[in-house]
Amino acid sequence: MATLKELVLRESPITGGHRACAGCGFPQIIRIVLMAAKDPVVVIAATGCLEVTTTIYPYSAWNVPFLHNAFENAAATASGVEAAYEALLRKGKLKGKINVVAFGGDGGTYDIGFQSLSGAMERGHNLLYVCYNNEGYMNTGVQRSGATPRGASTTTEPAGKVRQGKVRPRKDLTAIMAAHDLPYVAQASVGYYMDLLKKAEKAFSIEGPKFLNVLQPCRLGWPYKPELTFELGRLAVQTAIWPLYEVENGKWKLTMKPREKKPITEFMKHQDRFRHLFRPGNEELLADLQTEVDRNWQTLLEKCLPAGQAGGEGGSK
Amino acid sequence: MPTAAKTGNEAMAEAMRQINPDVVAAYPITPATEIVMIFASFVADGLVDTEYIPVESEHSAMSACVGASAAGARVMTGTSSQGLALMYEILPIASALRLPIIMSDVNRALSGPINIHCDHSDTMAARDFGWIQIFSENAQEAYDNLIQAVRIAEHPKVKLPTMVTTDGFIISHCLEKIEILEDAQAKQFVGERKAEVSLLDVEHPVTLGALDLPDYYFEHKLQVAEAMRQASQHILEIAKEFEQQTGRKYDLIENYKLDDAEIAIVALGSTAGTTKAVVDELRSKGVKAGLLKIRVFRPFPAEALAKALANVAAVAVLDRADSYSAQGGPVYTEISSALYGKTKAPKLINYVYGLGGRDVTIDDIRGVFSDLQKIDKMPTFNYFGVRE
Repeated sequence: MATLKELVLRESPITGGHRACAGCGFPQIIRIVLMAAKDPVVVIAATGCLEVTTTIYPYSAWNVPFLHNAFENAAATASGVEAAYEALLRKGKLKGKINVVAFGGDGGTYDIGFQSLSGAMERGHNLLYVCYNNEGYMNTGVQRSGATPRGASTTTEPAGKVRQGKVRPRKDLTAIMAAHDLPYVAQASVGYYMDLLKKAEKAFSIEGPKFLNVLQPCRLGWPYKPELTFELGRLAVQTAIWPLYEVENGKWKLTMKPREKKPITEFMKHQDRFRHLFRPGNEELLADLQTEVDRNWQTLLEKCLPAGQAGGEGGSK
Repeated sequence: MPTAAKTGNEAMAEAMRQINPDVVAAYPITPATEIVMIFASFVADGLVDTEYIPVESEHSAMSACVGASAAGARVMTGTSSQGLALMYEILPIASALRLPIIMSDVNRALSGPINIHCDHSDTMAARDFGWIQIFSENAQEAYDNLIQAVRIAEHPKVKLPTMVTTDGFIISHCLEKIEILEDAQAKQFVGERKAEVSLLDVEHPVTLGALDLPDYYFEHKLQVAEAMRQASQHILEIAKEFEQQTGRKYDLIENYKLDDAEIAIVALGSTAGTTKAVVDELRSKGVKAGLLKIRVFRPFPAEALAKALANVAAVAVLDRADSYSAQGGPVYTEISSALYGKTKAPKLINYVYGLGGRDVTIDDIRGVFSDLQKIDKMPTFNYFGVRE
């Protein structure tokens, strides 16, 4: 794995001066993921913050080839780029290895782009899909998505007098992608950049379809103080709200186990989207959310146990 | 030149085999499915070098085509009706990025109600997306048009995606004897794509599909409009070259016994063939009937059309789609617009016909010519073949 010292000497795939918010997490994701590649990359992006803030014509923040098509089709578009690469390579019109990398937000990945992603992954294209997951439609003004956690207030499922934000839990997209039987699926978070780097390096070393789901704190949509981005990315992991793990050829493995699992409120208390949960009367809901996180964490730990050690209460009595 | 018995779908698949595109991304839909099925068998048998992407939807088919074409590949797809409708969102992105994607579109009625048979509603609804649209009268034209479409789409002064259509079942499934180019001749005619920019040129990185705000969007759309204006002359140049190879003559429109015609029908697709039979019959009886067939609907050949119809007294425009404008079908409104302000122009009436595969008979066409002989008594907007 590249050291931090080596990493800072590599050419950045994007320039400064792009228009992402101060404290935005995705420029880190772009840089860490793409700088992990030994060979040239081409980038395909879904409509969203990342595309909007880096490519306002006639300016572009990209030092590498970049294609934006539409909102829901980054994976399908990337599959076309990959097919073209394979065809042109075979016909001798191209030389050398090129990595095809697609980026989509959680809206473009969990929701509107879900079919396109599932199809491209099932077909087995040699590409890496990275979801920069800020748990909502932040580009259009903080609407709920399938990645928005239960209890979070968004502009389309707000907390009010009788409702306490999102009613349903988010879907577990990383597990859904693992169910596609891909050679490599992993969950990462902005706060743990060396973990992300390692996962991206591993993804680039593997042939076939790869999926990374990277939690990206959004200072606009979660609102919090911009300087807390890394801290929140780390707290999400330390509370087990967003565990770091990978699934390599069907084998589940934790890549970071918190020394001490913190209560979820440690993560939530910094963010306005959860503020209503701390009001009197919501104690039960908050406890419920903690139970839900604990249960999911336990399930994940069981999946990550070496073979033969899983079982628990459902096992032989 | 070799001849073979081919359905419209087989003819288009055969053209695709000879074109040997770098990438094909497609999804099955009646009545276009066979094109993809036959092409998949070419891939399975190693008859083409194509990277074939069996996508999970037409939306992804067109999305993959955009990705592959932006990467510098020669790209083809095929679809129909709902499939084309599912692509609509991406069609203007393909033209705005100036990607010469080539599509076989088998005309089929749009739902609802759901129907699998021919009309032109799918293609007509896609007329304003910056795609060149070429209609075919039969399997031979479907083959010839698809071969020419590669050159048209990729012409450096055009660089616009191009769709070639056939009429669902009527052409797509009807067996005809057609002439086919030798493989080497077809290969030479279509040549290789030379993309000016490619996403895969990592030494010269480009940003494609950038956000275009009010200060640039308009200029970029103007470039598409200008390319469409320029396209006609290049379509004609390529047709001329094709004629030198095959002896088969193509234009933007086809005038059939129109020079001295007093009454005429304007039609697209297979109905043109039916109309030719009736024109011949009427001519044998001394009636000066004629046909104007529109081959290229986008760009719309307004000047050629106005000139060809200038000396005709009465014209019926046949629309195999309704635009629900309450002002006639899409072909009618285009032609009215083309004739506006001309000192010499025919009287014009419109028929919407054949929706959802309603059969178009010789008698129907006879009826239209008969109406034209008393055009002063006819309403402007008419139907035939429907229970009113």
